[in-house]
Amino acid sequence: MASYTLSSVNCDRCDSEATVHEVTISDGQVLEIHLCEVCAQETGIVSSSPAPVEEILKKIAAGKVSAESAPASPACPACKTTFSQFKQSGRLGCPECYTAMAQQLGPILDRAHQGAVHHVGKVPKRMMAQGGDAPGLVDREIALAAAEARAEQIRRLRADLASAVHAEQYEQAAQIRDRLQSLQRGGTSGQSSELGPTEGSS
Amino acid sequence: MSGSGEPNGAADDTTPNGAEGALPEELFAKGTEWLRGGGEAADVVLSSRARIARNLAGQLFVHRAAPTDLRLVLEACRDVLTAANLGTQSTWVNLHESPAFERSLLLERHLVSAHFAKGKLGTDRKSNDWPRAVAFGLPDERCAVMVNEEDHLRLQVIRSGLALRDAWAEADAIDDRIESGLDYAFSPRLGYLTACPTNVGTGVRFSVMLHLPGLRMAGEIDKVKHAAADMSLAVRGFYGEGSEAFGDFYQLSNQTTLGKSEEQLLGELNDKILPEVIEYERQSRQRLLEKRRWQLEDTVHRAIGVLRHARLLGVEETMKLISVVRLGVCLEVCSGLDTAGLHRLMLLVQPTHLQQAVGKSLGQDERKRERARVVRERCAAM
Repeated sequence: MASYTLSSVNCDRCDSEATVHEVTISDGQVLEIHLCEVCAQETGIVSSSPAPVEEILKKIAAGKVSAESAPASPACPACKTTFSQFKQSGRLGCPECYTAMAQQLGPILDRAHQGAVHHVGKVPKRMMAQGGDAPGLVDREIALAAAEARAEQIRRLRADLASAVHAEQYEQAAQIRDRLQSLQRGGTSGQSSELGPTEGSS
Repeated sequence: MSGSGEPNGAADDTTPNGAEGALPEELFAKGTEWLRGGGEAADVVLSSRARIARNLAGQLFVHRAAPTDLRLVLEACRDVLTAANLGTQSTWVNLHESPAFERSLLLERHLVSAHFAKGKLGTDRKSNDWPRAVAFGLPDERCAVMVNEEDHLRLQVIRSGLALRDAWAEADAIDDRIESGLDYAFSPRLGYLTACPTNVGTGVRFSVMLHLPGLRMAGEIDKVKHAAADMSLAVRGFYGEGSEAFGDFYQLSNQTTLGKSEEQLLGELNDKILPEVIEYERQSRQRLLEKRRWQLEDTVHRAIGVLRHARLLGVEETMKLISVVRLGVCLEVCSGLDTAGLHRLMLLVQPTHLQQAVGKSLGQDERKRERARVVRERCAAM
């Protein structure tokens, strides 16, 4: 199964614009499902979030909800530091916290760095060696973005591969494996526009 | 910062007696680079500093790590830093094994931060003696690296006068040498990952120690502070974060570290903002000379008189007097004194250096007496 963004496709159940797309390849057959948000919730493909994180953060920022009464944000998987702990000490627990708390840290970084969201400047030489080998790219920022995108693609494909194997969708798993191997050899996955880096990954 | 103007780590219990210090003897014989008193715009800028924050990949940040992990970080860094050419010689001091007076000496020499010397990193670290160290180069102490401060590595390079580009060039090269032996925590999107998000990105803070008596006397120091705040610059005191400005010495530094390259920051601070501040201060001094020359000369010579004859001197008062005399030296309204000598005096009158020079522990009143004696002798010799 793979989800991706399409434009101007109508819901299979009603005439509303479809915002949820599911593609399943089973026994060589491709099955596409396009649904609007309401129908997707009714069919159980997606569940509605009882308390969107953004809403809670907005309320915290506006002082309507205390940090204590808000549901605890998930702890960093690497060091178990929570956002509440960070707010108390002013320090994160490990480099992985930046990924784990990307959403909550966004406004803080925004305030501290006058809206800047992307690093500009020195890069470790080792990172340059990894990012600089993309053919035809001379600008190091582009090279870095390419390296980041590739790392993210590999992470996603590995997750997809595990899901496909778990679901015994071996043909799909084989396709993902081939793309993964190609990517790890330095090529592209062939779906780079769909599998670009997400905001908050690092 | 205490009301006495003494740096945060300089406690009364600091004593040179009976301590098994590991600091090299020559540390006290020579002045440090930041007090050399030369370089560009040295009449206004005492020193320039480039500070780099780095963390090791795959390691917990310092305040979250167990002492055993921090020991491993120390071990990993020690070999790399020893080979990183911090000076013609380099020294390594384990602060968790150092006596209080030794840590206080390092603080007064600007080789470590106040909370690093004191042993208080944050609310969540129970132990005050977590494994931490400083490596620095001799003979001029211009390069120093704190290991296990807020971040695993805090590298600083200091140069006399306005020389942020030189300080950065050297810090950058040392950073490269360290990186060849250690893996840094780095994200292509967010840059160098630091324990506090306010340092993420370049992890670089440029700062200058400015002497602004002209602007203070002209009543315009608040304008500078407001302008600095508008440009996202921090204004701090003589001993950095949390310390007050005394003797008209101010540290000015960039606050944002994300979204601007080191070169952009240098361009703004070193090439644009600082030349304006320097010019502003020089104009204020010139106006003092032209319009209030006798008052200025009187103030300077009274200050020299107190330094040469007082019998009791507190550190804050001494710094204020030195500041006034330094202005007089720069404007050539007095003779027989020089800025380098005044800078050395600024270090010597600090509580721990004073006790180190005398060779024994002193109470607060005794310190005032000894300080006055040392200042009298030094000023007579200048």
